[in-house]
Amino acid sequence: MPTDTSTDGAPQGDAVTNLAPSDRSDVAADRVSGLDALELAPKTDKGALGKRIWASTWPKLLAIAIVVGAWQLVFLSGWRKPYVLPPPADVFAELGELITEPKFWDGVQLTMTRALTGFALAVAIGTLLGALVSQFKPLRAAIGSLITGLQTMPSIMWFPLAILLFQLGEEAILFVVVIGAAPSVANGLISGIDYVPRTWLRVGQVMGMRGIAKYRHLILPASLPSFVSGLKQGWAFSWRSLMAGELLVIVPGTVSIGVRMQTARDLNDAVAVIAYIIVVLIIGILVDQFFNAADGALRKRWGLTAS
Amino acid sequence: MSTVVRIDDVTKQYGAGSNALLALDHISLDVDKGEFVCLLGASGCGKSTLLSLVAGLDEITSGTLDISGKHVALMFQEAALFPWLSVAANVELPLKLQGVGRADRKKRAQELLEIVRLGGFGGKRPHELSGGMRQRVALARALAQNADVLLMDEPFGALDAMTRDILHDELERIWREQELTVLFVTHNVREAVRLGDRVVLLSSRPGRVIEDFKIDHARPRRIDSPEVSGQAAEITDRLRAEVARHAN
Repeated sequence: MPTDTSTDGAPQGDAVTNLAPSDRSDVAADRVSGLDALELAPKTDKGALGKRIWASTWPKLLAIAIVVGAWQLVFLSGWRKPYVLPPPADVFAELGELITEPKFWDGVQLTMTRALTGFALAVAIGTLLGALVSQFKPLRAAIGSLITGLQTMPSIMWFPLAILLFQLGEEAILFVVVIGAAPSVANGLISGIDYVPRTWLRVGQVMGMRGIAKYRHLILPASLPSFVSGLKQGWAFSWRSLMAGELLVIVPGTVSIGVRMQTARDLNDAVAVIAYIIVVLIIGILVDQFFNAADGALRKRWGLTAS
Repeated sequence: MSTVVRIDDVTKQYGAGSNALLALDHISLDVDKGEFVCLLGASGCGKSTLLSLVAGLDEITSGTLDISGKHVALMFQEAALFPWLSVAANVELPLKLQGVGRADRKKRAQELLEIVRLGGFGGKRPHELSGGMRQRVALARALAQNADVLLMDEPFGALDAMTRDILHDELERIWREQELTVLFVTHNVREAVRLGDRVVLLSSRPGRVIEDFKIDHARPRRIDSPEVSGQAAEITDRLRAEVARHAN
């Protein structure tokens, strides 16, 4: 293996040209591929699938065990009466019953439909807004900070206005979900476009990318990681807004998760209240896992993960 | 021989008034077709600025810069490959922008990857390759642009000596085989003498041409040969004198 061109026996100076060209190019080819082979890190064995799943699962199980354990201890301490703070066992029994009821799943379906509709609309509006704002410099200065301001606005502040505008209806909920999530989506896209590395832009310019081609082949793909973070954050905002909305805006005839929660509270049914908190938590975690998986796959493709 | 790049009395100034920074001061330089010209200078000599001007990424303040409708390709210290594309797709991108059809594109990209000896790596992602390999992909991508002039801004500056040495051989081979015209910026004197037909030494702040050295040593050269070392020493002395001028 040649590690140094000065010691590999190649003649110096003019003598090199006296060699048959094929010899020389073979040696050069070997040198290049030898170096490539040395520089490429050997593939690390990731281990069996089962092992990997277990490795990522046990910390989560441990966390759940700690929380449930703490809850059980607080219950045992007698800090609150059992009908106000029930033990974990009662709540999990209630949950076990809940998931066998078709009506519960109707509620989940209604809530998820609202969440997905609102989120989809927020993504569409946020993307459009982000693209427009990043395109026009004056707009960027004027609206950029407004968008950030909107992001920090607690969504519950919008409900009085939403109810005045749309009465107690689906539109009121949708309005708040969209206005909560769209700024995050827009911001994700804007910061993605803002931080496209300068050298990439120069490469694109030298390649002759203009207008739409520049967006299609460079700006949009380059801003993807930031856009995905924006989507993730947007989802978190829309999910929060939706839960606030379902507790405040009860559309007659609908039994969403929020409505069921509100009913449980009205009936002083602490077991059900906590059960619904857990349901909302689980849905939140599942969707977050989905976004994390998408983000992780993207980072892996781009080589952004520390390996 | 026809002149590909004609830089005539070009001045580049950033800003205006008392804050103005004169980056290039009345630079004149011609690059002929098939020539390998190295621009050499210490920090602040405006060598990268000059390259940006030739690439059309920046505007000259005065003088004339004539590349008469010719296409340029540019390489940087970092490969600047697009991470969302495979290695082959990175090389195909310039062809796609030129409107080359899919089948031809694939074929041409594979040829280009073979030229840089990476024929088996088209399906990889850029981050899976080493720094030297990424620079070769960047070279293949630059070749795909079918440019009349290849502009290189310290393309091997971030690589270790061993890799750089091998890439010098590779670049020299490809330059000869593909009959390229290269304008190569570096602050490494030996690298300049190893590669260039001419080494143009620039002064710093403002950048002016101090001397245009003609390098006649037979190719392929070795960076550690007595001829290259001797000439490099001579140029280094000139460069040191120039740096010392800025002592106060």
